Amino acid sequence: MALVVLAFGAIAAALAFMTIGVKGNWDFVLPFRSAKLLGLVLVAYAVATATVLFQTVTQNRILTPAVMGFDSLYVALQTALVFFLGTRDLASVDMRLRFVLETLLMVGMSMALFYWLFLSRQRSLHLVVLAGVVCGVFFRSLAHMMQRILDPNEFIALQDMLFASFNSIDQQLLAVSAVIVLATAFVSRRLLTKLDVLALGRDVAINLGIDYQRVVLLLFAMIAVLVSVSTALVGPITFFGLLVANLAYQAVGTDRHKYTLPAATLLAIIALVGGQTVLERVFGFDTALSIIIEFTGGIAFMLLLYRNLRR
Amino acid sequence: MIDIHNLTKTYDDATVVDDVSLSLPESGITAIVGPNGAGKSTLLSMIARLIAPTSGRVLVDGLDVQETPGAVLAKRLAILKQNNQVGMRLTVSELVAFGRFPHSGGRPTVEDERHIGEAISYLGLDALRGRFLDELSGGQRQRAFVAMVLAQDTKYVLLDEPLNSLDMKHAAAMMKLLRRTADDLKKSITVVIHDINFASIYADHVVAMRDGRVVLQGEAGDLMQEAVLEDIYDTVVQVREVEGHLLGLHYL
Ligand SMILES: Nc1ncnc2c1ncn2[C@@H]1O[C@H](COP(=O)(O)OP(=O)(O)O)[C@@H](O)[C@H]1O
Ligand SMILES: [Mg+2]
Repeated sequence: MALVVLAFGAIAAALAFMTIGVKGNWDFVLPFRSAKLLGLVLVAYAVATATVLFQTVTQNRILTPAVMGFDSLYVALQTALVFFLGTRDLASVDMRLRFVLETLLMVGMSMALFYWLFLSRQRSLHLVVLAGVVCGVFFRSLAHMMQRILDPNEFIALQDMLFASFNSIDQQLLAVSAVIVLATAFVSRRLLTKLDVLALGRDVAINLGIDYQRVVLLLFAMIAVLVSVSTALVGPITFFGLLVANLAYQAVGTDRHKYTLPAATLLAIIALVGGQTVLERVFGFDTALSIIIEFTGGIAFMLLLYRNLRR
Repeated sequence: MIDIHNLTKTYDDATVVDDVSLSLPESGITAIVGPNGAGKSTLLSMIARLIAPTSGRVLVDGLDVQETPGAVLAKRLAILKQNNQVGMRLTVSELVAFGRFPHSGGRPTVEDERHIGEAISYLGLDALRGRFLDELSGGQRQRAFVAMVLAQDTKYVLLDEPLNSLDMKHAAAMMKLLRRTADDLKKSITVVIHDINFASIYADHVVAMRDGRVVLQGEAGDLMQEAVLEDIYDTVVQVREVEGHLLGLHYL
């Protein structure tokens, strides 16, 4: 049903992305574009999955890892590494190895945060939102502060590391990211029915025999990994996950993860790949996609917040 | 048998459940009564491992609930809390099907389908199978949740105020149904009840709580005495015998 339509949409977007406006040598264009396409698909999957998983665990439809500022945590982490180790030491480490280490660090830190926010005791959603927003601002400011005091040369090197967008996806990280993403896809496939039970709430899930603490920590780890992947590839994107997750819930008309997870990913692919194709190939714009996505997502966020507050 | 040893729960400084030791029998209906805030819900949640006790232990057929894997306990013990809301949009039959998760692991067999169908019929929800929960009245929703817990088919069932939001007819029907379930299927059903008269008529055992402590354990006859009730509830209750049942009148 809806999934089939979305799958066709995603394939159409991918085909259009690969073929529209090819001038000259196909042998050059095809590998170049496939790498880019792979990057966009990985980001789409990572953002969509992290958001849906996060919303299931935290039982809400408004908060996402990005809204809570966890991609800022990743940026702050990278900045801190440059700040304390210097780019020369960092540059001597293989980029992929560094990425894996950073991801591990990110998993550790965000799990501590998630644990504190959601598991250590039951808190009201409003308090968690507030804490999340404050955390996000804190990490961002921390990163900015360190960047200010950084040696100018180091700063430029850092900028290079951090500067990523839909247009300049980091090619070196693609293979590592693909492996990581496949691993999380495998785990989340096995968790599909448990996720449905988890969505019934903590108490019902425990009553039905879910090892709540363990499953939730595992999910938080997966979310942290996925956030690291997408942030490393294209930088922080705040509202995109929120947008595709909520569209997916609407589109499939059920809350079963068997449907919502793929639907969110497919919608994200359509938005990213399709959007990039239209803007880049048809209109010839370069950087507009992230702005448009953030703008639409931001409006969706406000609408959701408004609807929720009125209830 | 569920054995509760010196169970205590303390929040900050307030002791909500205070050194409770208790046995819940292998079968029959046990009613837990007591005023608001006595600690009944907290006790039930600790028995069902939803809340970790500050101290003390709960053994279900000898299995410590804090240490036994959740999946093992889920086949022996089911709980329905007082306020039930699920974040998902579900139909009645989808909700009841979740009760089979401990047995089916998400892949329902013919056997599971049978249990689901039976639980739905048992609670008179056949006509509402395909309805979404948010399209039901409070009482219908309450029955759907009870159906889910019965579909779980556990020996021990804990229900926290299952008569909440049921009208007179459905409240009595629910108690009769629990009575029948306990008798026919040899289950041990523990219910928190506010209406002492339901406890008097339908319960085999009664536990009365006040200020976090168990103040009475026994049969319905032990509870239904004016001095005892006045002590537990801090209000005057007259007890009368009607057609062989002791009933408390607290309206005067
Ligand atoms: N999470 C909590 N933190 C602090 N106090 C609590 C908490 N949960 C319950 N209480 C308190 O514990 C007491 C017993 O609550 P409860 O077990 O729900 O009583 P009952 O179900 O008998 O009405 C109440 O005074 C309540 O305010
Ligand atoms: Mg209660």
